[in-house]
Amino acid sequence: MHTLDSLDAASLRSDIPDFRPGDTLKVHVRVVEGNRERVQIFQGVVIRRQNGGIRETFTVRKVSFGVGVERTFPVHTPIISRIEVVTRGDVRRAKLYYLRDLRGKAAKIKEKRQPTAAR
Amino acid sequence: MERKITGVLGEKLGMTQVFDANNRIVPVTVVRAGPCVVTQVRTPSTDGYSAVQLAYGGVDPRKVTKPLAGHFHRAGVPPRRHVVELRTLDASEYSLGQEIGAGAFSPGQLVDITGTSKGKGFAGGMKRHNFSGLGAGHGVERKHRSPGSIGACATPSRVFRGTKMAGHMGRARTTTLNLIVHAVDEEKNLLLIKGAVPGPTGGLLLVRTAVKVPLRKGGLQ
Repeated sequence: MHTLDSLDAASLRSDIPDFRPGDTLKVHVRVVEGNRERVQIFQGVVIRRQNGGIRETFTVRKVSFGVGVERTFPVHTPIISRIEVVTRGDVRRAKLYYLRDLRGKAAKIKEKRQPTAAR
Repeated sequence: MERKITGVLGEKLGMTQVFDANNRIVPVTVVRAGPCVVTQVRTPSTDGYSAVQLAYGGVDPRKVTKPLAGHFHRAGVPPRRHVVELRTLDASEYSLGQEIGAGAFSPGQLVDITGTSKGKGFAGGMKRHNFSGLGAGHGVERKHRSPGSIGACATPSRVFRGTKMAGHMGRARTTTLNLIVHAVDEEKNLLLIKGAVPGPTGGLLLVRTAVKVPLRKGGLQ
């Protein structure tokens, strides 16, 4: 698909921070109600990133009032106004589907230890 | 019925997706439309009908046959790979050697796209004609994808012509009607067509104004 890379480049966003499965994100989503637009924050754990290029998507999972909610966004969609990385998680999988079967403390993800400056 | 038809020859570059004004994802096929040149204009007085002949694609001039080379020479253009004729009422408005590109179409317009579908080889009845096949169980033995009966017995004691059976599938001229032009890039001669179009990437396409649009929806006269 290299012939269409230049066309896709116009829709790609450069203001998306680096994030991986296991990270906790605050996704600022633009919501249009009638002719009013506001920003809604969806905070949760990234459980997967899929595909690549303009087609890339990621899924954020949160537990809301005891009910698990997952939302999948295209990485480059204009409805995301901003992505904030809250914590970096320490996980050993690329797809964290096992979180769906866990709740409470067991579903907690260890925070990644930041590498200390070399002496 | 003759109408004013705009057309352009092009090449399928592949599919991708773009975001529209409402931030929704639109699947699009990218078509390099032209540049085509007009190599002949047919008029009712000389040919009995009005049409315009379009040519597209590069070709090694040494490999063009003399008759074809002469035809292109008369139009005053270098030889092209593909030539196609387009029946249209306003053929007299075209001139020899005129270039036609993606700018002939505008976003939101409905078009028909003709191409050669991907070849599927020798295909059975289930794939080729959407037959249902036989049962998976209930005593069916080694016949699960067979077509079943192809006709009656001693009367007529032959198989009717045109009976749907297994055979070669694909690589046939296919037209998809009423596709929407999502965007036009006149500079790069690109058309972004919503949805899929026939044929493989790199295949030749003929993009034309849609002919089967009802008048109340802005169809042609």
